[in-house]
Amino acid sequence: MATTIRAQDGDLLKNLDSEPPKEFVTNAFKSSRVIMGHSMEMIGAGVLDFRILHRFGPTDQGIYDLFGLDQASMRIGFDYGLNKDLTIGFGRSTLGKEFDGFIKYRVVQQSKGINSFPFSIIFAVGSTVSTLKNFDSVKKSFESRVAYYYQGIIGRKFNSRLSLQVSPILLYRNFVEADDKNATLSLGFGGRYKLSKRVAFVLDYFMNVNGFPKEKFENPLSVGVDIETGGHVFQLHFSNAAGMNERAFIAGTTGSWGKGELRFGFNLSRVFTIKKRPSTN
Amino acid sequence: MKAAINTMVLILISVVAFSQGMYYTKTGKVSFYSKAPLEDIEAKNRTATSVLNITTGQVEVSIPMKGFEFEKALMQEHFNENYVESDKFPKASFKGIINDLSKTDLSVNGKYTATIDGKLTLHGETRYITTPVTFTNENGSIRAVAEFTVALEDYKISVPSIVKDKIGKDVKILIEFNYEGLKH
Repeated sequence: MATTIRAQDGDLLKNLDSEPPKEFVTNAFKSSRVIMGHSMEMIGAGVLDFRILHRFGPTDQGIYDLFGLDQASMRIGFDYGLNKDLTIGFGRSTLGKEFDGFIKYRVVQQSKGINSFPFSIIFAVGSTVSTLKNFDSVKKSFESRVAYYYQGIIGRKFNSRLSLQVSPILLYRNFVEADDKNATLSLGFGGRYKLSKRVAFVLDYFMNVNGFPKEKFENPLSVGVDIETGGHVFQLHFSNAAGMNERAFIAGTTGSWGKGELRFGFNLSRVFTIKKRPSTN
Repeated sequence: MKAAINTMVLILISVVAFSQGMYYTKTGKVSFYSKAPLEDIEAKNRTATSVLNITTGQVEVSIPMKGFEFEKALMQEHFNENYVESDKFPKASFKGIINDLSKTDLSVNGKYTATIDGKLTLHGETRYITTPVTFTNENGSIRAVAEFTVALEDYKISVPSIVKDKIGKDVKILIEFNYEGLKH
């Protein structure tokens, strides 16, 4: 009874306890990939993401190769969102005639309000299989063509423009060269900064912590822009990596930024809503 | 002492009177529809909060923009990211007053049609609107239903030229609130 009720103009709503409800943070990245690696973003329930990736040749070959555009390697792939926290996907790259598949699960989604959580936590598990005829003359078994990866992603959308993530990844290749190691640990860093409603700057870097010989391989660094036009997202970028799956870009990058051995590339993503959300009437 | 008691009683009476005049909802339903050549756009929100004072006729509404749910995840993303910019403008609000309150005694059971004048703030832009509202008082809970149209242009919600033909210029908004008495 002692509660005074104020009903002056303009603050009627103050009569209600205004505990902000829990609200999930969405749209940290435009795409489910930062550039090369998985991002903290999921594609949504019942959504099919048709992805066409291109990596061109080294730009330092000059005008004769039109700065690498004469040579293109590609990956074609499909991702499907089983629910808002679970995505499966597969693809095939021309490089190494390699198939890849993955399962990506969001354990926690960043949220605001009561019982909020400041980060999104995601796990991705994937595998690659090379189908090259002459994969290796000595080890001809199927197992030797296979590699696996296990990745964790911890990310946060700091504000409407800035999102950052850290993504440690363990890559295990069943078959490696004599001077190489089967298990490679790499630490991924990804970020996006929105420049406008539909354009964002993105950066994707993997720092190889141990594993294969450092004199032979480089850490993949990619920088680019995401451009969103309705149902399409175009990711245009420059990278020293040519690979388009985790095995290929983590353990197969030989180009060096220092020497200007860069490639132009793009990811094209087109989403289709396969299963509509049930009407909440 | 007697004066003090009198004052106390007066305060109590006025508080009681006020509480009886106040109604609220935290689960107000707001839907919108936009007819467009390519596909119809439709979304529902059940998280609007509102307070209605039937003694003064004042109404206030607050609508969290992220509470709108679309059939398609991509539409919802575009709505929040590109059109209403929910991070920048998280809430739409309305402050208004019932016209001709003398003809609309909402404390009595029955169905009433009234008009409400007020200020609608959406996407950071405020415009005056007038809309008819149907109130139904059924044993102390008041249902309010209203339908009106807003022009996207008025609220500076810009539609990129490449999809201009695919998205309607006007959006029809449907309000369905079930108010309960506010007790303190």
